[in-house]
Amino acid sequence: MDRCQDGALASMATAPKKPAFSPWTDPAAVPLIRFEGITKRFGDFVAVDGVDLAIHKGEFFSLLGASGCGKTTLLRMLAGFETPTEGRILIDGVDVSAVPPFERPVNMMFQSYALFPHMSVEQNVAFGLKQDGLPKDRIAAKVREVLDLVQMGKFARRKPHQLSGGQRQRVALARCLAKEPKVLLLDEPLAALDKKLREQTQLELVNIQDRVGITFVMVTHDQGEAMTMSSRIGVMNSGQIQQVGTPVDIYEFPGSRFVADFIGAANMFEGTVRKADGQRVVVACPELGRDLDVLHAGAVMAGAPVTVMIRPEKMSVGRERPTEGLNWAQGVIADIVYLGDVSIYHVRLVSGHVVQVLQTNLRHTGDLRLIWEDEVFLAWNSANAVVLTQ
Amino acid sequence: MKRLMERWGRFLVGLPPYAWLTVFFLIPFLTVMKISLSEARMGVPPYLPLVEWAEDGTIALHAGLANFTTLLGDPLYVLAYLNSLRIAAIATTCCLLLGYPAAYAIARAPSAWRQPLLMMVALPFWTSFLIRVYAWIGILKPEGLLNGVLLWLGVIDEPLQIMETDLAVLIGMVYSYLPFMVLPLFANLEKMDLSLLEAAADLGCRPFRAFLAVTLPLSLPGIVAGSMLVFIPAVGEFVIPDLLGGPDTLMIGKVLWAEFFDNRDWPVASAVAVAMLLVLVVPVMVFQPFQKDRGEGAA
Repeated sequence: MDRCQDGALASMATAPKKPAFSPWTDPAAVPLIRFEGITKRFGDFVAVDGVDLAIHKGEFFSLLGASGCGKTTLLRMLAGFETPTEGRILIDGVDVSAVPPFERPVNMMFQSYALFPHMSVEQNVAFGLKQDGLPKDRIAAKVREVLDLVQMGKFARRKPHQLSGGQRQRVALARCLAKEPKVLLLDEPLAALDKKLREQTQLELVNIQDRVGITFVMVTHDQGEAMTMSSRIGVMNSGQIQQVGTPVDIYEFPGSRFVADFIGAANMFEGTVRKADGQRVVVACPELGRDLDVLHAGAVMAGAPVTVMIRPEKMSVGRERPTEGLNWAQGVIADIVYLGDVSIYHVRLVSGHVVQVLQTNLRHTGDLRLIWEDEVFLAWNSANAVVLTQ
Repeated sequence: MKRLMERWGRFLVGLPPYAWLTVFFLIPFLTVMKISLSEARMGVPPYLPLVEWAEDGTIALHAGLANFTTLLGDPLYVLAYLNSLRIAAIATTCCLLLGYPAAYAIARAPSAWRQPLLMMVALPFWTSFLIRVYAWIGILKPEGLLNGVLLWLGVIDEPLQIMETDLAVLIGMVYSYLPFMVLPLFANLEKMDLSLLEAAADLGCRPFRAFLAVTLPLSLPGIVAGSMLVFIPAVGEFVIPDLLGGPDTLMIGKVLWAEFFDNRDWPVASAVAVAMLLVLVVPVMVFQPFQKDRGEGAA
């Protein structure tokens, strides 16, 4: 996981965006978008494989996955550019599976932005409104309103080729917002921007979404982006949704080895369950050379093979042997990645298994600083490990 | 030193085509222009020299615009020009109406099909132009293929007189020049970003309106390029009106031929040629900046 994402996670932990907004936890809430058993095949290739998904009104939902995982196909089916081979899609209770794109209450911001090169900024934004047959003065007022919202009012008469990448992105967004869709789809909206602009635009997009209150569904391969912007994330792999949850859920409580490994960095230990009482699980772990003690409420059977996942920042590293706690391990520092604010220590355990530990560099210098080949002890809390059964 | 070499290198690479055009186009054109200002005579060459050394050492310049005033004064020439422009314009329009859908279909065909389809458009070039136009006589003549089929089908009772009419000339032109319309249009339509059409649909635009609002304006450079490639040679076309047209088919190419080879009036013939160039240069001048602007816009 790269640096900006850690920052994003930190800001989320200290200041949650919308603490009260979690309609997905309310069993009575009716979702705005519903995918029901959606499968899409291109010849023999299964792009999307039996997806069931519910997205609520006002959400900023991200479909996250590597390229080829089916996330874009899923989005394009929502926009109407692809028809599902099986299953149906409901928007606001209406089955739109057979509705052509020009009649759907959704708008898409394309990865390439797809601005009409022969039209000025305001003509681009007005295009969708003209299709609705709105009167001229209403169109003009709406165009001005959305261009001001994305701070592009000054550039109304420019042609797309006279704009920078970031400005084009704003115009593409304004063109969608002008239509006031029920759902706004974003296909890798920030992929074409450079890193600095991307980080700035992430927060701006979230602010705009907050203000207009439109449901956003975004496709991205960038987990930092998904983490920063989303209310919930759907992690996709080979056409299937692996897990749906808030960024915190996905990161702290991944549901599978795939998600644990895909999101952020993870230390994984294979083992077998020795004891499980519904609150704690004790896992025999040859890679660690010891038993692991994990707080885990889920049902696991004694003797079952499991993976225990611990995030690098959830571990501490030091020269002293920990005096309390059940979970510790001994090893040698094999590598140090110094990143300024933090260092990542690669610790080789006796079994040869290498564990990553992330430590904040709290002091300028110090005798405590670890160096290569130092004998160290790792320690972590039972509550900070996760048992993965799949 | 290196920069100097580079600059010279660039210059030298550009030189051959310009040298070629200077020797084989500019100089002959200036010769034709010179002849157009002189007077006809019997003899070799069949025109009077422009510049003459008089015996007293003075230089006499015999240049006049008389040939051009002849062109303007004689309705034959004016009508020939107008008719040429008219037929070329109709031919261009027909080529556009036939060629656009064809180019569009090829550009949107599965990529494996595009090359074979393009080959088929270019295939006629493998046969001599003259033979292909000749073949049309066999199709269009009263006892020809077309009339035979129409009579057999019972659509007509007696053969249509298509040969030796403007219609035959038009058919020949549309047939001969269609590839010149299709190829630039294809090149333009093929590179169009299809996500623009998806964006149009996404914004509530039906497919046909999206074509009018997005595809058509973006393909304007291709339309202009194709139209010029058809229109310009069509105006001066000689072979097609000569073979397929009748004695009444008045076209400037035929007039030019008649002046040069039948009347042997080189000065008037040259004036006809120079005037034709002027007639053709004007539309090019009008369309050129327009095309450039569009090209930038589409980038």
